[in-house]
Amino acid sequence: MKFAIIEFPGSNCDHDAYYATKHVLGQEAEFIWHKGADLRGADVVVLPGGFSYGDYLRTGAIARFSPIMNCVREFAKGGGPVIGICNGFQVLLEAGLLEGALLRNRRLKFLCEHIHVRVEQIDTPFTCGAVAGQVLKLPIAHGEGNYHVDPETSAALEANRQVIFRYCAADGSVSDTANPNGSLTAIAGLCNVSRNVVGLMPHPERACESVLGSTDGLVVLESAIATMVAKGAA
Amino acid sequence: MEKLRNVKARVFVTLKPSVFDPQGRTIVDALQSMGYTAVKDVRQGKYFELDVDASSVDKARSVVTDVADRLLSNPVIEGYRVEIE
Repeated sequence: MKFAIIEFPGSNCDHDAYYATKHVLGQEAEFIWHKGADLRGADVVVLPGGFSYGDYLRTGAIARFSPIMNCVREFAKGGGPVIGICNGFQVLLEAGLLEGALLRNRRLKFLCEHIHVRVEQIDTPFTCGAVAGQVLKLPIAHGEGNYHVDPETSAALEANRQVIFRYCAADGSVSDTANPNGSLTAIAGLCNVSRNVVGLMPHPERACESVLGSTDGLVVLESAIATMVAKGAA
Repeated sequence: MEKLRNVKARVFVTLKPSVFDPQGRTIVDALQSMGYTAVKDVRQGKYFELDVDASSVDKARSVVTDVADRLLSNPVIEGYRVEIE
């Protein structure tokens, strides 16, 4: 199983993703610089967290035009599993691979803490190993995670079951107080209509060892491995 | 070959009226506490100055509009206005 971890100038969770996939999960992992022209046979693509292009203009706005994004778009179109974490999620939204946009957190604070999310849908390559309704304790670290979309698209996302993670309390209940950044309907993560492209603000790759305070992120990466094993990838 | 001239353009990017602006809200709260109670609302946006080589004002406008659509604004949350000098 080979994970491609895309590095943009300003990515800073690239090594976390590499460590989690390679050293914790024992998979093949490779960094691919954003100017690269192919994904080198990767089975899964990770757009990591960080501050691509210094968050200039808007988060992810400039990274979406990096050459490698053409390969990511083709890979996604062919059904390949793509996960965007935090800034990677912002890049996927700017690139139009997922719908909506992320605004400044409602209280403008950069949030760096552990939160809980509820797994809403398990028919995606990154949640298939979870149980519907399972609560995951994951870290967040972002200033712009306040998900926004127009009411029509929001209704379509719900109708198509594209909301796959929602912020919640430890008991799984969704409420305004358990919503750290003001996201519309507490959305923490989404998938596309074909369900192979997933983006989320929390960092599963930083929650893969108990020493880090949680191992709940493992299920996200292990789901991807199980999906590819089922498809017959080495 | 058409003669090119330098055209100055300005692009104003603003959040759509339906989008909450936490920065504008914070600014208006600060103004209220400073005693500017007449200021009822603030919306923060972005302003860009572009130097464009183009054979005509219309061509410059077309390039700037394209740039504003593709990069300077995000149509999900923002709108924009172009001014050409």
